[in-house]
Amino acid sequence: MSEFLQQLLNGLSLGAIYALIALGYTMVYGVLRFINFAHSDVFMVGAFIGYYLGKLIPEGTIWGGVLVLVAAMVGCALLGIRIERSAYRPLREPTKFNLVTILGAVVGGVLGYFLCNAIFAGRGAGDFTIPLRIMFCWSGAEGLSWLLSRTGWKVILWKTTGGAPTLNVLITAIGVSLLLEYTGQVFFGAAPRNFPALFPVHNFSLGTVIVSSNQLIVIVVSVILMVVLQLIVYRTKIGTAMRAVSLNPKAATLMGVNNDVVISFTFGLGSALAGAGGILYALNYPSIDPLMGVMPGLKAFVAAILGGIGNIPGAALGGLILGTVETFVAGSQFSTYKDAIAFAILIIILLFRPAGLLGKFTVEKV
Amino acid sequence: MKLPPKPHLFLLAGLLVAFGVQHYSDQINPYYLDVLTGIGINIILAVSLNLVNGYTGQFSLGHAGFMSVGAYLSAAVTLYFAPRWFGGAGGTAWQQGGLFLMALLAGGLSAAFAGLLVGVPSLRLKGDYLALVTLGFGEIIRVIFQNVDSLGGALGLNGIPPYTTIFWVLAFVAITIFVVTCLVNSTYGRGFLATRDDEIASEAVGLNTTRYKIVAFVIGAFFAGIAGGLYGHFKLTITPTGFDFTKSIEIVVMVILGGMGNTIGVILAAILLTLLPEVLRPIAEYRMVLYSFLLIVLMLARPQGLFNFKFGKSSKA
Repeated sequence: MSEFLQQLLNGLSLGAIYALIALGYTMVYGVLRFINFAHSDVFMVGAFIGYYLGKLIPEGTIWGGVLVLVAAMVGCALLGIRIERSAYRPLREPTKFNLVTILGAVVGGVLGYFLCNAIFAGRGAGDFTIPLRIMFCWSGAEGLSWLLSRTGWKVILWKTTGGAPTLNVLITAIGVSLLLEYTGQVFFGAAPRNFPALFPVHNFSLGTVIVSSNQLIVIVVSVILMVVLQLIVYRTKIGTAMRAVSLNPKAATLMGVNNDVVISFTFGLGSALAGAGGILYALNYPSIDPLMGVMPGLKAFVAAILGGIGNIPGAALGGLILGTVETFVAGSQFSTYKDAIAFAILIIILLFRPAGLLGKFTVEKV
Repeated sequence: MKLPPKPHLFLLAGLLVAFGVQHYSDQINPYYLDVLTGIGINIILAVSLNLVNGYTGQFSLGHAGFMSVGAYLSAAVTLYFAPRWFGGAGGTAWQQGGLFLMALLAGGLSAAFAGLLVGVPSLRLKGDYLALVTLGFGEIIRVIFQNVDSLGGALGLNGIPPYTTIFWVLAFVAITIFVVTCLVNSTYGRGFLATRDDEIASEAVGLNTTRYKIVAFVIGAFFAGIAGGLYGHFKLTITPTGFDFTKSIEIVVMVILGGMGNTIGVILAAILLTLLPEVLRPIAEYRMVLYSFLLIVLMLARPQGLFNFKFGKSSKA
């Protein structure tokens, strides 16, 4: 019995992380109807932001941990919005690629890189120069391309027609995912790193069940984030707009909703949750590498489908169920099959209840 | 794609080319020969996946799973029979060829059977969902291979005899292209295109669309199995992780870049995407970064496929 409770607790804390990632998938699917494969790599970036910032703050303090968590969420949100703008929007809407701003981004990135080198030359910041360089490059690129876009100079390289089939968007998402993974390997190296202990570590024992403080933090943070998300989606204006776009994008536009803003916001929100998920995951499995996002990402997607894709409470429920089932399988004699169980659940749910546990059935009309 | 006149002559020409290249293979740089083998295997994979994804319009992400079934089964056949039949001598070229052909067919048929098992339940689903189920099956197949100790478990199978020669690769490339092209252009094959273009309309005129999807899936899986067999006897070592989701994606990318349902485009894309990492080899660790970046740029710049010049016609999926 005590082993059962222990496994249940482990499962719930893993499931809470899956739920956080699944929320991002499900929200993006809700507004855009496509699987954002790059989401799992945003999760990885979140963990790396936590890794580098975690070295700056004193280990094992609550305020430091919260600070790192918030910073990772902000960083991932910015990354998510940038991905959506550069890679997905041109497929969705007619976009003109302006050579001037593209060149501006490249030059700005290079300038940022050298600026960073010049400022921190000889300071011996060591490993920490990597995120600094990335930040400088990124800000340089954004800044210069924005400045150039103000000038109105235009040399159109090519135009996209917009309205690309879902499949193309899917492949682009896969491309973005690969780009993040391989760029991560170049910057961070392929070798796994030890994630620092951001929060104070204690083990409480409740009877025979041992609860680690990290597990508690995972569960508490996830619950808080999910409640906040629920409030945003159902109680704010932008949340209402999100639901409107997911229901019917054209009608939402006619009602004065700016779809682009809503979609960017959705990406930012989902990516922030993924960033938080990345840190929480790394707290419990403290070995991070650029490919760490692939498996949790796929499983979180399964969780999103299990609960009914596009359905926010469903994603949370799916994540909890999947995490629990997986932990129980890992603790049994079939532990080597633990990666297969998620996919087996996926197949069963799609065959017998394709709309998911909490989803609504829709009938295809001609 | 229009059927060229007398397709059988093209098949014959392909086989002759295969013989010819094999005959002069001693004089070709072994590196080029290896690259050519890789290209051939990728063409088989891409063209067979194109039957499912391009012509029938079903999005499958599990092609690497079927490839692994073929690779494992055919490697098991040669590893089991070669020492028993040929002893230590290794047999003559004809004996090896016969055994290899048998092994490849066994691999292909078992992959086709796996395709049937996967296809019958999952092809009721559409679009993204089908993609995910096939992805899930591919991953499950991989985990199963990881856990079967008689097939090497997570370490994989080693010491597979080096039976893959350039003749076998090119011959099967020719056969795959021939079968897929003739099938799609036959009276029966029009059903695939009809299923893709409008499933509801096809059902309304009495086509059994589920059956067409399954047939396309099984044939695609068969050739994936053959490609897997060729791959196993070329690399001599196969591990379950070599056939994961990334490999499936790689094949799908070839199909999309070539232009869905455009065999010539898909062949060109397979060649390009196999050569690209080789050409980029000098820039070492940056090559995959560049590869993925080019993928995004190509999707943005030419969403209808790199080699698809019929604008707006076959680009709808």
